Amino acid sequence: MNNIVKEFTKGLWAEIPPFRFVLGLCPTLAVTKTVETGIGMGLMLTFVLVFSNILISSLRKAIPSSVRIACFIVVIAAFVVIVELVSQAYTYGLYQQLGIFIPLIVVNCIVLGRAEAFAFKNGVVASIADGLGMGLGFTISLTVLAAIRELFGAGSIYGIDVMGPSFEPFTFMVSAPGAFVCLGLILCTMNLFGKAKDM
Amino acid sequence: MSDYLLMAVSAIFVNNILLAQYLGNCPFVGTTKKMDTAVGMAGGVLFVLVLAGLITWIFDAYLLRSFDLVYLRTIVFILVIAALVQFVETFLKKMVPPLYKGLGIFLPLITTNCAIFGVCIINVRKDFNFMETLVFSVTSAVGFGLALVIMAGLRERMATARIPKILEGTAITMITAGFMALAFFGFMGMA
Repeated sequence: MNNIVKEFTKGLWAEIPPFRFVLGLCPTLAVTKTVETGIGMGLMLTFVLVFSNILISSLRKAIPSSVRIACFIVVIAAFVVIVELVSQAYTYGLYQQLGIFIPLIVVNCIVLGRAEAFAFKNGVVASIADGLGMGLGFTISLTVLAAIRELFGAGSIYGIDVMGPSFEPFTFMVSAPGAFVCLGLILCTMNLFGKAKDM
Repeated sequence: MSDYLLMAVSAIFVNNILLAQYLGNCPFVGTTKKMDTAVGMAGGVLFVLVLAGLITWIFDAYLLRSFDLVYLRTIVFILVIAALVQFVETFLKKMVPPLYKGLGIFLPLITTNCAIFGVCIINVRKDFNFMETLVFSVTSAVGFGLALVIMAGLRERMATARIPKILEGTAITMITAGFMALAFFGFMGMA
């Protein structure tokens, strides 16, 4: 039990993606213009991560290790298509805002990385905990980054105006350069609380 | 003809795939520590992206659209790319060993490079024809390579500079990328 809690919580701070593990940067930068898209992306990734972890860890004895990467990709792609179709049907606004970044979950290094590094070597329950932890960690990261960018770039958080009418939006923050600089500053803040593991 | 030229300028400078569309950031951080690896990655991406762009376009136009299977696009595209990368690797190893030596280690990484998959998806979502797909794939890859090479040059210089302790590693890389993106913003008026 202790072990499972540990697998879950490591994704939330000690190995929180993408700040500690610099993986999956594309969606991190692209969909964090507003908190809404940030959370949406995070939850979609969590879904894919948890279910691909479940399937891969339960099939790990059946998959020959020489073709494992191809198998992982097919499993992940299947769940991504599910997410894509469901979001197109029920949350069409979000589906349009996220655009090509929904199919791009397939090539998100976090999902493939967890399949290779964790789910292929561990049991189903531990893999669920790992997927859930990593997914929620990613969601939290995206939400934090999106909140900062939306607050300064548009003067609101989750679409709610917080800066008042006299606020002049700092549009640099919602443009592409702002995304890079903002992520850089967050990484720098993380460095203050202990060196990031990987460069 | 001028349409293609405009498209090329737009894909290389204005809507640079890396700095304005945020695709392919993992290799951008991962392979730009040294100029050699950056050039290798840029070459590999150019090679695979052009092939993948054209092949996925053909699959999409003649298989998925004509049999009404567009919802399978994600799965089909990623399988095509994975198979293509595997094939290119084997082919180069046998037929062109010097090129394989240069690109070899980057090829497996390219399967999960969002730039490849992203451009293939953009090609079909924007309803490009075959010629436009070719131009867009080539110029996107050139834009990607350009950003990678500039970044590698900057990071090689940074290796000898004194960087504040807390900014070391990825933090300073991201901030530098931000300023590079800002410089590329200057091309905005061109297209």
